[in-house]
Amino acid sequence: MAELGHDATSYAPPREQPEMELPHSHSFWTTYVFSQDAKTIAIQYSVTAISVGLLAMVLSLMIRLQLGFPNNFSLIDPSNYLQYVTMHGMIMVVYLLTALFLGGFGNYFIPLMIGARDMAFPWLNMLSFWFYFVSVLVLMASFFVPGGPTGAGWTLYPPQLISEGTPGIHGGVLVMMISLGIFIAGFTMGGLNYIVTILQYRTRGMTLMRMPLTIWGIFLATMLALLAFPALLVAALMVLLDHLAGTSFFMPAMFSMGEQLPHEGGSPLLFQHLFWFFGHPEVYIVALPAFGVVSDILATHARRNIFGYRMMVWALVAIGGLSFVVWAHHMYVSGMNPYFGFLFATTTLIIAVPTAIKVYNWVLTLWHGNIRLELPMLFAIGFIFTFINGGMSGLFLGNVTVDVPLADTYFVVGHFHMVMAVAPVMTIYAAIYHWYPKITGRMLHEGMGKVHFWVTFLGTYALFYPMHYLGLAGVPRRYFAYGESSPFIGESVETLNAFITVAAIIVAAAQLLFIYNLIRSRKHGKEAGPNPWNATTLEWQTEHTPPTHGNFGKELPVVYRWPYDYSVPGAKYDFIPQNVPPEEVEMADEGAVRT
Amino acid sequence: MTITLVFLAALLAFFLGWVLSRTVNVEPWVADGGTLNDRLPEILTTPRIALAIFLAVASSLFALSISAYHMRMEFGHDWLAIPSPVLLWANTAILVLGSLALQWSWNAARRNDAAGLRRWLYIGGSLTVAFIIGQMLVWRDLNAGGYYMTSNPANAFFYFLTGLHVLHLLGGLVAWVRTANRERAGASPEAICSSVELCTIYWHYLLVIWFILFALLLTT
Amino acid sequence: MAIAIAVVVLLVATVLFHILSPWQLTPLASNWGAIDATINLTFWVTGLVLIAVNLFMAWCIVRYRYNKDRRARYEPEDKKLEAWLIGLSTLGIAALLAPGLVVWNEIVHAPDDAHEVEVVGSQWHWYFRYPGEDGTLGRSDPRLISDANPLGVDPNDPASWDDIIVATPRGYLPVDRPVRLNLRSRDVLHNFMVANFRVKMDLVPGQVTRFWITPTQVGEYDLVCAQLCGIGHFAMRGSIRVVEDEAYDAWLASKPTFGELHSREAPDLAAGQRHYANCIACHGADGQGNQMLNSPAIAGMEAWYTKRQLEYFRNGARGAHADDEHGRQMVPFAGIVADPTTERDLAAYIEQMPPVSVASTVEGNAQRGARIYRTCGACHGRDGQGLHGTNAPRLAGLDDWYQKRQLEHFQSGVRGGHSDDLYGPQMRDMSKILVNDDAMRNVLAYINTLTGHEQSRALPELAGRNN
Repeated sequence: MAELGHDATSYAPPREQPEMELPHSHSFWTTYVFSQDAKTIAIQYSVTAISVGLLAMVLSLMIRLQLGFPNNFSLIDPSNYLQYVTMHGMIMVVYLLTALFLGGFGNYFIPLMIGARDMAFPWLNMLSFWFYFVSVLVLMASFFVPGGPTGAGWTLYPPQLISEGTPGIHGGVLVMMISLGIFIAGFTMGGLNYIVTILQYRTRGMTLMRMPLTIWGIFLATMLALLAFPALLVAALMVLLDHLAGTSFFMPAMFSMGEQLPHEGGSPLLFQHLFWFFGHPEVYIVALPAFGVVSDILATHARRNIFGYRMMVWALVAIGGLSFVVWAHHMYVSGMNPYFGFLFATTTLIIAVPTAIKVYNWVLTLWHGNIRLELPMLFAIGFIFTFINGGMSGLFLGNVTVDVPLADTYFVVGHFHMVMAVAPVMTIYAAIYHWYPKITGRMLHEGMGKVHFWVTFLGTYALFYPMHYLGLAGVPRRYFAYGESSPFIGESVETLNAFITVAAIIVAAAQLLFIYNLIRSRKHGKEAGPNPWNATTLEWQTEHTPPTHGNFGKELPVVYRWPYDYSVPGAKYDFIPQNVPPEEVEMADEGAVRT
Repeated sequence: MTITLVFLAALLAFFLGWVLSRTVNVEPWVADGGTLNDRLPEILTTPRIALAIFLAVASSLFALSISAYHMRMEFGHDWLAIPSPVLLWANTAILVLGSLALQWSWNAARRNDAAGLRRWLYIGGSLTVAFIIGQMLVWRDLNAGGYYMTSNPANAFFYFLTGLHVLHLLGGLVAWVRTANRERAGASPEAICSSVELCTIYWHYLLVIWFILFALLLTT
Repeated sequence: MAIAIAVVVLLVATVLFHILSPWQLTPLASNWGAIDATINLTFWVTGLVLIAVNLFMAWCIVRYRYNKDRRARYEPEDKKLEAWLIGLSTLGIAALLAPGLVVWNEIVHAPDDAHEVEVVGSQWHWYFRYPGEDGTLGRSDPRLISDANPLGVDPNDPASWDDIIVATPRGYLPVDRPVRLNLRSRDVLHNFMVANFRVKMDLVPGQVTRFWITPTQVGEYDLVCAQLCGIGHFAMRGSIRVVEDEAYDAWLASKPTFGELHSREAPDLAAGQRHYANCIACHGADGQGNQMLNSPAIAGMEAWYTKRQLEYFRNGARGAHADDEHGRQMVPFAGIVADPTTERDLAAYIEQMPPVSVASTVEGNAQRGARIYRTCGACHGRDGQGLHGTNAPRLAGLDDWYQKRQLEHFQSGVRGGHSDDLYGPQMRDMSKILVNDDAMRNVLAYINTLTGHEQSRALPELAGRNN
């Protein structure tokens, strides 16, 4: 292994990274509960997010049980079903994926990867977590209010969100909106922190173009989230006013359940515009960090630099920017001005180009690599496979003409679960298997990990790929049951649904194995050492594993190179950590390795 | 959504320019002696950046609200413009004075003039409270005049936008109270200069937002 | 290694599934073959890319698997290769987008000779309106909607009077004539989806949305709602019959115009009372029913519901099934009152009969039933009072033994299975949420507690707490 020590004083640039004053904890409460250490906050975020995610997984099983074996379970009636659908979607998208990628990964990796001691505003960071935590509690409370949680779908479309005939229109909606409001407030604090930290607290030598792609992904996703969440907030506030104060922002004149409602002239489409102005960037808020994490894991385990780093950065920036001008592709059949279809189909398909570049570059990173098929790598490859598949079905739905017959069918469900559920979750697993040794000092159990991977990878494909064909056959989504009254939805659909449900149950079981592995390995896993994957980024170069408060030792590391110096010709080892000065790189004996 | 998109386009163009300037001619794979550094200019201190980002978020919120205002106005056939009470002009004047007072307070802080800082800080805060009370009076008068929130989308938006603005001012007052407390506890002008500065910038920002909202309400 | 094999196997499985899958596009029944063509084109392009990229990846995994004596190639970027890939991707994207936009242009522009039909959605039901002889749909206003004027047609607009209102969820379209569908909603968002027509569109309250098609195949097609619209979303079924011109005209002629509906005179209760003599033997003088004779209490039954059922008994949609022995008894009596005026007067008379209290014969847990009734209440009213708006009759005061039998009939298809029972499918789907006998008895026990007065509106929701 290369020499890690360095003596950089002679290179000191005019402006040093100021040393941070770290809040030191003195009690159990400030160490573990109200901690201001980004790493602890990260774990708090992750544990909360994964727990609530498990609940959402149970909800998805309830949905699947009803669809696979309809009318066997007295627990699931049409109201519950819609409530499960709504809560499953909302929890997974916002409270699991957004919180885990930004709150969890962001907090852990930003300071460590850019060579900072902590976040710029540790106290605000702590507050951010507690806001998130409270928002989760409030959300859970909606299961206990009269009428239960809202069942209007995670898209929360008015008028059905707040009119009779939808479950949970009273307490459920209110509680959901309050929870979202708290979440957004908490996220704004956290997001502010991530951006300021990345801008201001990079260690010496850590230029923008030497940041690992994980950081780029989190950085850009945070910017998207900060600008996009206000749209949800505005929409939520206005719909609440419609609901509680009787205004008519979104509510038109309606004859609901035999009576005229007092609203007049509101536009349901206005809500949809606002919602998707948030909702589409939200997709990329989840995807961009996933892109970044996968890039780093691929490079590390393929022992090769990420191919086309600059293009990868620009593609991230391009995707982030374009994600704000594609929102109406969710609304091709919403009744908006049909001429928008031309515009939004074009912007949507343009976004496919930078996305394709990313895929090529991932695969080209494997090309001429020296691929170690360790667990994180398996999940990363699983991600690429799933993501390509989901991306391809995205080309159907983005193209307005092709979308029209497929909109609101199971094709959409299959597509977004591939690209927005399985793909990011694969990344999360890759990341956890990859960084668990740094976070706990121990490896996750490999055998269990393999079972987990294979069941998840094959299982989710069996789960979601056939759904596209249900959609092709015209099976509408968000249906409680398909009944016998629609000849065009044949009996074969029921067979396929039963198959999908069985696959879902198997996949869910494998996730429990993973949770067990996570808990067990904490104490009984194999000792990992400081850098088990021979990775180059700064988090692997800390003095202690797991890193202690303040992350690095007495001095912050100085960065001399980009994070992808794998298999550098002439070097003795196949990786050179970012903080190794050029003159300290150990050179190989001549002819020792062939490339 | 045009307004929001223009706002975002400006923001993104700025960001893109910055990213490109830092990335386009860089060959990241070249190692060096650890001297490379691309921090932001020194004038952009950490609190200032944090405030700037927060202002971007708030701007996004206001831009979206204004977009919604326009879209709802064009959609509905039921839009009846709300009269702008004279009191709004007085409130505007008060808010301008409040902003100026904070500016002087900041100037005093930079001159290390503790008395001036305190005087203008308190005057600024009081004027802000006066503005908020003034806005509440406007709401009360409008309600008394039959311009209920529910009777027309123009009314609803009036209350919504002015309410959103007042909420932001209330948030600013929290920061103001913290600053005033530190001042009372005897912090030197130098020590709280940064806090006063942040308050001042935030007040100026909300003044600009108010001008935009007021112009919007007057012209439509 | 295993992962490379898995990738290849999954690719093969993907292609095989695509070829062998019985789940394919429904048979096309409109002019939008061009949409199918764009779908197929997209399948080809994306399929080839999917296979190429994944095969390359699998090959890389095998070819460049770990070897401790080998080094990966250090190659930060390859501008030429990247430029090529960007160029090719852009071309591929353009090849997908261009035809899409061309077809979209056709979808956006309806031909000038298209005739107009209005479709109105409502929780959980479809209505149709045809413009009548003048070819123009009269003005409508959601504020005018009431049970008597379900589509809110403006009687002050002369163009309204010949409009043909179809209040049942089965619409007709003439084959081979371009039609522009004007979509409205009475309450929430819905979506008009006939899979075979390919084009679909949301129904948005407060505005009219449009699309056009030319039906090309005669036949009956399922109309479903594709936008989550509440509890009954999955049961919001209807159908579109595409027929030859003559059949279309004949069908239209058989339907009342708005003018006719509007100017109907008030029913004659005295005449209704006379006609009721036919019913007394079984249903009793006060409409109290007689369980021995399997006749339910009918006092207070809504006139619109009575008329619909009498119609069904006559046309075989009800009471014709071999297993519906009690229903069969009703058929000849329905025939006796077939005259529209007789039927109208009789139904009005029954409606004004004061409801009788019925004895409970079914035992169950009303508290558990309340939870189930959440779903029922969405249509039948929180207090079982029945809602004309959702085409759901009153349940409060209805004999539980009778409801039980009907629910069982719905579940088994004895009732609601006939193609002319346009509301039956909905109730068949709904009856299946009663997954066992206990569930049925519980919900009936709860219905027995309902009074049909609206005061206790919030009750089932409180009782039906979700846990």
